[in-house]
Amino acid sequence: MLADFPILQVVDENGLLLHEQYKEKITEELVKSFYYHIVRIRTFDRKAVSLQRQGRLGTYAPFEGQEASQVGSALALDKDDWIFPTYRDHGATLTFGAGMMRTLLYWNGRVEGCVPDDGQKIFPPAVPIATQIPHAAGAAMAEKRKGTKNAAIAYFGDGATSEGDFHEGLNFASVFQAPAVFFNQNNGFAISVPVEKQMNSRTIAQKALAYNMPGVRIDGNDVFAVYFNTLEALNRGRNGGGPTLIEAVTYRYGAHTTADDPFKYRDQSKSETIRNTRDPLLRIERYMKNNGFWDENWVHKITEEISNEVDQAVKDMENYPKANVNDLFDHVFERPTWTIAKQKEEYLRLSGREA
Amino acid sequence: MVMERAVVKRSTKTIQLTMIQAITDGLRTMLQEDERVLVLGEDVGKNGGVFRATEGLYEQFGEDRIIDTPLSEAGIIGASIGMAVNGFKPVAEIQFLGFIYPAYEQIMTHVSRIRMRTMGKYSVPMVIRAPYGAGIRAPEVHSDSVEALFTHMPGIKVVCPSSAYDAKGLMIAAIEDPDPVLFLESMRIYRASREEVPEGKYTVEIGKGKKLLDGSDVTLIAWGAMVPVTMKAAEQAKTQGINCDVIDLRTLYPIDKDIIAESVQKTGRAVIVHEAHQTGGLGNDIVSIINDTSFLYMKSPIERVTGFDVPVPLFALEDHYLPTPQRVLKAIEKVVNF
Ligand SMILES: Cc1ncc(C[n+]2csc(CCOP(=O)(O)OP(=O)(O)O)c2C)c(N)n1
Repeated sequence: MLADFPILQVVDENGLLLHEQYKEKITEELVKSFYYHIVRIRTFDRKAVSLQRQGRLGTYAPFEGQEASQVGSALALDKDDWIFPTYRDHGATLTFGAGMMRTLLYWNGRVEGCVPDDGQKIFPPAVPIATQIPHAAGAAMAEKRKGTKNAAIAYFGDGATSEGDFHEGLNFASVFQAPAVFFNQNNGFAISVPVEKQMNSRTIAQKALAYNMPGVRIDGNDVFAVYFNTLEALNRGRNGGGPTLIEAVTYRYGAHTTADDPFKYRDQSKSETIRNTRDPLLRIERYMKNNGFWDENWVHKITEEISNEVDQAVKDMENYPKANVNDLFDHVFERPTWTIAKQKEEYLRLSGREA
Repeated sequence: MVMERAVVKRSTKTIQLTMIQAITDGLRTMLQEDERVLVLGEDVGKNGGVFRATEGLYEQFGEDRIIDTPLSEAGIIGASIGMAVNGFKPVAEIQFLGFIYPAYEQIMTHVSRIRMRTMGKYSVPMVIRAPYGAGIRAPEVHSDSVEALFTHMPGIKVVCPSSAYDAKGLMIAAIEDPDPVLFLESMRIYRASREEVPEGKYTVEIGKGKKLLDGSDVTLIAWGAMVPVTMKAAEQAKTQGINCDVIDLRTLYPIDKDIIAESVQKTGRAVIVHEAHQTGGLGNDIVSIINDTSFLYMKSPIERVTGFDVPVPLFALEDHYLPTPQRVLKAIEKVVNF
């Protein structure tokens, strides 16, 4: 199976283009956009971890190490596509256009963080593992029925492939030939469980065979490979070719969440090795230098811009109006049932608030 | 104080443990005593559980008995059924009660009825452990408190300790029980206090509540994380001259109806506190028990202080969702002043 599903790369660790056919498509603008978004979400991620440590944010799930997978796939989407993320995919949603302040609100336990801006098709992060996978199949089935060219992408981890919902979602998309892309980030671990103990399959991509859909295994730290392969899968779906399973092989550098201690179950020096050899940003930097796109001034400028943007988002999140008790009751149904109305009325009276 | 009903066997030495350490100790005691006992679940092995409830067991008993499973609740429970009918006693961990739903089918359609369907030929002597409840600023869905989904389900016992002593004794009783037991662990009180716990083996009988405070004015009934909340309200009531009889239910199915009846027949008033949603909540079964056993003793309608009929919110609003001592106190005043 490993031979049937080799890890595809477009740009190798040294920043060298491996396939000439992409040469034309890789414009300076595209490369800079990859670089910009990876720096942006990495800056956000590090800020969030540090805010959590200072008690200014709740438990947080960092994605450092996985940025190429998230940026490359999100940039391949069209504005009108659907995105179904997990709790670790806000790098993808931020790249797709989710508000940064809202993303911070989410991690601060605020329901407002689940609400996408008007016109955005961003489902709130799935916390119960794999549950979003059938949703993407359904949203894609709906787009097909409506006769649009829109697609849906579901993000999920290696652990998620063990849940029934993964198989059920893929089967639905396959049976109904829905324009869905199932984007797996194989980051090596489901909390403490390494992928070799999660499954006896050699790859995740091979699971596509069972559903008679294309399965692609790519280097998830190669943003070029991620972008072009996701684009191809999306286009196939838009043109009636059905769903695709993509396995992006990557690595989570840090803890599962800020509540987790990776030293309990794995050798953290592997993160450092990967950081120094296969890091997503390092690879683009090498590519840019190899191709004469590297511009210190530009890098300096965007780094500063991004840092200001993140600081502003933090400020806005912290100045955001306090959580409103009414939101506990008001959105369960379009119109509250008598039970909810009564409970709300009693609670507000008891706590000295007006209904 | 009413005497603890558990019988302490073998050991008289005690150690100070938190509730979660007592759970680990209960598991270790049974793993040592009975080769058939296995622990399985997500991250229970090398990592020692996301809350450290299985800390040290992997090192002590090895990966054949402390099993890190794939991420699959239906798989964990389904496979436990297969092992249970085939000679083992699985203790399955569901990482959070809010993630038990994929296993609901296995529990409802098989765990709960295999004995009945085979007229006793097969049984599933297994324990399902699940941390539950709000109040620790956990991410979404981690905070559900859905014991009533399981107390409604025939064929499975449900226990929910609120102290270290009870946690260990109930864990051992659950593992020894010939039938399936859902063992609910309140995350909020995992490490809230320490208590003297006997070393070695002892049991707390499933189906028995515990009196925590004696009083003649009103009966307060709670379990899990709501026990300390209720005790605080009882203390505040005392300053107003109201004496509360406080019951920690400990077992949610089958409920100890005698301890409830005995208490309300004395006080004539009752307040039930649970963090689960009100409609379909276990509080309603307790109202029925009082109705059936003690109707003519009651001096006022029974009050329920519960979570609301809304999904448990993201953590910024969870303190509003959860019953507080203040809400319990209001209910106490209401029944006393009826
Ligand atoms: C149904 C369900 N079971 C258990 C959990 C607890 N949990 C949260 S994340 C996680 C591991 C997920 O691993 P993976 O799918 O590989 O994604 P990653 O976190 O590595 O991105 C687990 C077990 C959950 N959220 N949902």
